[in-house]
Amino acid sequence: MTDQLVQQIVNGLLIGFIYSLIAIGLTLIWGVMNIVNFAHGDFLMLGMFTSFWLYTLYGVDPLFSIPVCTVLLFILGLLIYRFIVSKVMKGPMLAQLVVTFGISIFLANLAVFLWTPDFRLIEKPLLHGTWDIGDIKLSVPKFVSTIGSVIVSLFVFLFLKRTKTGKAILATEMDREAALLMGINTERINSISFALGSALVGIAGAFLSTYYYIYPQVGGTFGLIAFCVVALGGFGSIEGAFIAGIIVGLAQTLGGFFIDPAYKYAIVFLIYLITVWIRPQGLLGW
Amino acid sequence: MRNLTFKQISSGIGVLILLILFPLVFQKPFPQHVMILVFMFGMMAVAWNIMGGYAGMFSFGQVAFFGIGAYTSSFLLITYHINPWLGLVVGGLIAALVAAAIGYPCSNLRGHYFAIASIAFGEIVRTHFNNWKLVGAAEGMTLPMLEESFRNFMFHSSKLPYYYIMLAFLIISLVVCYIVATSKMGYYFRAIKESHDVAKVLGINVVWYRLIAIMISAFLTAMAGTFYAQYVLYLDPESVLILPISIQIVLISMLGGAGSIMGPVIGAAILMPVSEITRVMLGHKGTGIDMIIYGALITLISVYQPKGVWGLFSNIGKRAK
Repeated sequence: MTDQLVQQIVNGLLIGFIYSLIAIGLTLIWGVMNIVNFAHGDFLMLGMFTSFWLYTLYGVDPLFSIPVCTVLLFILGLLIYRFIVSKVMKGPMLAQLVVTFGISIFLANLAVFLWTPDFRLIEKPLLHGTWDIGDIKLSVPKFVSTIGSVIVSLFVFLFLKRTKTGKAILATEMDREAALLMGINTERINSISFALGSALVGIAGAFLSTYYYIYPQVGGTFGLIAFCVVALGGFGSIEGAFIAGIIVGLAQTLGGFFIDPAYKYAIVFLIYLITVWIRPQGLLGW
Repeated sequence: MRNLTFKQISSGIGVLILLILFPLVFQKPFPQHVMILVFMFGMMAVAWNIMGGYAGMFSFGQVAFFGIGAYTSSFLLITYHINPWLGLVVGGLIAALVAAAIGYPCSNLRGHYFAIASIAFGEIVRTHFNNWKLVGAAEGMTLPMLEESFRNFMFHSSKLPYYYIMLAFLIISLVVCYIVATSKMGYYFRAIKESHDVAKVLGINVVWYRLIAIMISAFLTAMAGTFYAQYVLYLDPESVLILPISIQIVLISMLGGAGSIMGPVIGAAILMPVSEITRVMLGHKGTGIDMIIYGALITLISVYQPKGVWGLFSNIGKRAK
């Protein structure tokens, strides 16, 4: 029983850090632009497929396709911001909510059209197998992905706190008009944030592709969980998203363990509802 | 707004006569089926509009109320042989109660937070029904074949009665929306939509009126759910509780014009035929082309016509004057 419990906690942490990385990308976009990107999960799916095809067609291991995923998703983010999202930013709020749903449906079904709805798996990635530590099994690809996610999250954090562009992003998040008055090109910050958020989820996709099933609808669940993580952590808060990702990962596996695995996502959503009821601004929001 | 002009009444009656004659002219099942869907989604969009368009709560979880309506009447019919018309009322009441129970804790949430909370709520309901043995879990429920009659809410030989019942439901929901929109409550709703804080200062009980809006909306949406169950005679979580239905409802309202009485119906009249026809023509191989078009359509509407076509009409009307 204790062994199983420890195993569940380990599993929760392993998925939790990936959630953190996905959610950091989302919270960046949300915080800067006040846009909820419902296509975020589908960007993840595109990252996973990029990694899958590089492996299948050219034999590139997912670990080495991370830079490609990053660049591709960065460009996709730029394009989608430039041609779609920036156009609805001044429109009614309902349009801002609905537009990314459109992008999401479009991308997921484009993937069905191009690559069929089949489930795929990268069969022999460089990282495979498990380490046994006592009775606890630690999956190697999951462990490496987790370490990778933490490192990338840390880099994002440092980028935001230490570089000029990063500080400009944070300033825009706090007060758009004041940032504009300080000579920050907020339009440019918007596109950088959107592209950066997309690139981060692309990296998460490459990590996930080392052990997770790859299929066109994979973004749905991950996307929804990412929203809960972001709102739980507090709107626009990078640290909040990081911590909330771990909480959600643990809640999902422990809830599945103690209650019923079929309800593991429902438990996550329930935690979200309870959190926003008690503390609408989220854990670290203001 | 309060008094309808003669022109509005006469054009309304004209459209109604055309709709009553429609199935007598187009007797094939497909056009009748499309029109039934137009009415059904039109009704749900009108219901959404009461809470979204007027009171400013953008719900992406309407499908939960739709599902609760469908499941309640079907469960009562199958297990206790209770007449579906009674089941319709019970389903509506249960949906309204659930709406109040979920709406109360969410009463401080605005904008994006409310939208995501409503998605989370819808997903919880779906997960629960997917695992709830009493209502057939993932396998769903098949309704018993009863004798064809209005009393049984079941017709096998023709779609015609379903068509007229659904048209009547749509009109009921429009009347409810009209009464709400033109009453004092409608003005309270709009004040809440503009600003919670200002509404509070003006002495409006924000929590209470938000709950009323959600409950009315839930009741009407559940009615459409019962209708759907009686129409298709089969239901499972994958057909009555999935997120795309909620999105469709929001989209129809937005396309038609949220915050106007007729807007959602116009939206349904445009979008449902388009989505049904592309589905029938392109969707049969499961290639996803129909959904690609649908997704592109949503994106284009949001970018180029975010205020809805109803706004377009009234703008032209104003200019003409």
